[in-house]
Amino acid sequence: MAGISLELLLAALMVAATPILLAAIGETVVEKSGVLNLGVEGMMITGAICGFAVAVETGSPTLGFLGAALGGAVLSLIFAFLTQVLLSNQVATGLALTLFGLGFSALIGQSYAGVKPPPTGDIDFGPLSDIPFIGPVVFSHDIMVYVGILATAAVWAFLRYTRAGLILKAVGESHDAAHALGYKVVRIRILAIAFGGAMAGLGGAYISLVRVPQWTEGMTAGAGWIALALVVFGAWKPWRVLIGAWLFGGITVLQLNLQAAGIAVPVELLSMSPYLVTILVLVIMSADKRRAALNAPASLGRVFHATS
Amino acid sequence: MTSASPPLLSIEHLTKAYPGVVANSNVSFAIQPGEVHALLGENGAGKSTLVKMIYGLVKPDSGAMHLMGEPYAPHEPSEARRRGVAMVFQHFSLFEALDVAENITLGMEDPPKRRDLAERIRTVSHEYGLPLDPSRLIGELSAGERQRVEIIRCLLQNPKLLIMDEPTSVLTPQEVDILFTTLRTLSSEGTAILYISHKLEEIRALCDAATVLRLGKVVGECTPRESTAREMAELMVGGSLHTPERAPGAEPGDVLVEMKNLSLPSPTQFGTSLKDVSLQVRSGEVMGIGGVAGNGQDELLSVISGEAPVAPGHLFVDGEDIGPLGPEARRRLGVLTAPEERLGHAAAPDMSLVENAALTAITREKLAKNGFLDWGATRSFAERIIQSFDVRTPNADVAARALSGGNLQKFVIGREVLQKPRVLVVNQPTWGVDAAAAASIRQALLDLAQGGSAVIVISQDLDEIMEVADRFAALNGGKLSAPRLTQGLTIDEIGLMLGGAHDMEKAHAAE
Repeated sequence: MAGISLELLLAALMVAATPILLAAIGETVVEKSGVLNLGVEGMMITGAICGFAVAVETGSPTLGFLGAALGGAVLSLIFAFLTQVLLSNQVATGLALTLFGLGFSALIGQSYAGVKPPPTGDIDFGPLSDIPFIGPVVFSHDIMVYVGILATAAVWAFLRYTRAGLILKAVGESHDAAHALGYKVVRIRILAIAFGGAMAGLGGAYISLVRVPQWTEGMTAGAGWIALALVVFGAWKPWRVLIGAWLFGGITVLQLNLQAAGIAVPVELLSMSPYLVTILVLVIMSADKRRAALNAPASLGRVFHATS
Repeated sequence: MTSASPPLLSIEHLTKAYPGVVANSNVSFAIQPGEVHALLGENGAGKSTLVKMIYGLVKPDSGAMHLMGEPYAPHEPSEARRRGVAMVFQHFSLFEALDVAENITLGMEDPPKRRDLAERIRTVSHEYGLPLDPSRLIGELSAGERQRVEIIRCLLQNPKLLIMDEPTSVLTPQEVDILFTTLRTLSSEGTAILYISHKLEEIRALCDAATVLRLGKVVGECTPRESTAREMAELMVGGSLHTPERAPGAEPGDVLVEMKNLSLPSPTQFGTSLKDVSLQVRSGEVMGIGGVAGNGQDELLSVISGEAPVAPGHLFVDGEDIGPLGPEARRRLGVLTAPEERLGHAAAPDMSLVENAALTAITREKLAKNGFLDWGATRSFAERIIQSFDVRTPNADVAARALSGGNLQKFVIGREVLQKPRVLVVNQPTWGVDAAAAASIRQALLDLAQGGSAVIVISQDLDEIMEVADRFAALNGGKLSAPRLTQGLTIDEIGLMLGGAHDMEKAHAAE
């Protein structure tokens, strides 16, 4: 175990957690509005290739991330149109969106395999990054790591303190009651879905532009599903989602370090461990039925059809 | 408009048609400032559509409205609220996971800051004798308290017209009195109230004027204080009304159902535990059980239906210990139930009436052979229910969800009654059902008892219990009072047996 430095582990954890954090925060807002979009994986991979392509063509990672958000949002609007306007089943449509996104990204990505994207630089915090331990862990990252944390704070404040956030929660709690009070259920949900798509796109682009950084087919490798699980793990609360993302990122990084350190455990078992831990935690979480039921938006996944 | 001052709201020739039905046809009437105006009609007469048009949820096809002499055509509820029209819904438009203040904010146009709002909720709710704690979650409140939230939400906006859709169906008599005092105060302050209810005695006590709708048309107007409930009911139905009758002199038979010191811890967070309930019901007897919602009614029904099995030695039917048996085994013995929640408990919303008929009747009506459903027999059973209980539906293949509440209720009760149960337990058998249909449901329950079954009617409607039950017991906090004969029992005595509404009385006295 001597080969593993806590400092490096924590620093790597922040990076590993960012893609799933971005996507999970977006999905939190979507689910709070009462929509279950299982297409996160598809939107992430679409964001990954859109961001990659734009960054390569323009040479600007910033434009790349914007393109990724746009790509994810556009894909999510297909989901929004199908589920909110044509009233299709959300689970089936979300799964279809994932499959579509995987295929679509592979198609666009054909000419980008093996290309190197322009590098995304770390933010210069000046002397702050020289503080021992805290510097490398907290002040030595690229901008998206901080965007993820800021997004968490923003969504938390939005849901807790703003009237718009209250209306969003109300729509997710009981769409019929919200409709009766005159709130535009469909419009609010479409906006939430688009936000979720943009955030998933950002998360995907973070994988292709920063973490890896290159384009391979199916490179999100289940991150979207983990993001979905994180929302439940975090009980639809932004800060808990952040903790969940760090926990998951931490286990991912730890298992890589353990592998590198040559621990005598099968590699496959180590690779499985983050997912096993996720399942375990989800089971423990949902064992307390009362709390799970109280936190979950009551209209989650239900089709809203205005009868009048 | 010949009077000097224009009416508060005048409705002129409103028409609204949906595919296949004309919900409102050429409806006209007027409401004066400070007037309590009743809107009467059977289920499906078009009352809901009409108030939805007034509240801006539905746009009329033709016709016009004037509010205080000015043209009024709200595009959405927020516009109606801005113009001074507020509404208390029949199915509360509340959010269970949010607190009282948040719920009230959501129904306001310019909500004040949270702290000010909380203060105003406290003041206004005490002023009108409906005390509320702004920080409590809706999920923890009783139905009566939830209604207070709706009313306070409206009152905070100083409405000129308050629309109330079936407000008393979930309240105890005392709570109804308090509500009426509040409404009278409002009306004396100049607020007009448009009041929808099936309970004609209430309308006689409260309302100044009434408009009667039948099949979407105005068929009459009357002054409720000067007409009898029967006259109004007949105006609604357009014919004479049948009152449920009991054959005189029927002696109750042997004990059919017996509960001995039955206790059941509540299965859910917001539920009520049953405590030491004992009761005997004889064959040929109708037992009425009253109480405010949430005092153990659902739990009592689930104990008898078999959804919540109990240990041996507490529940007997015909001397046989059925405590540990499940619902299907109990149905075989003739113990049938019709729970309160129609969609999702009594009926599967997205399944057709035929399928729903099969769900509880497979065993007793022998609708399955060797594990295969006999669809022909099931269909004819469903059609028999539709026929005998006058369920208004295009055919038996319609999804349960598509029926109006009253019609589905008739179907659900009919399904159990036609299986000729030996013991039938119904919870809120006529909730949201119009007078004529309620009368026929009650008659069916009486006929069943007449035929030697034991019938337990759990209801919050005390008039209903007085009409059908031989004996009455009150359920309060999961405890069942000792039963008393309904003959000679006054509504006030029943109110005392129910307990409830203590905090409201105090608040009222403090005014």
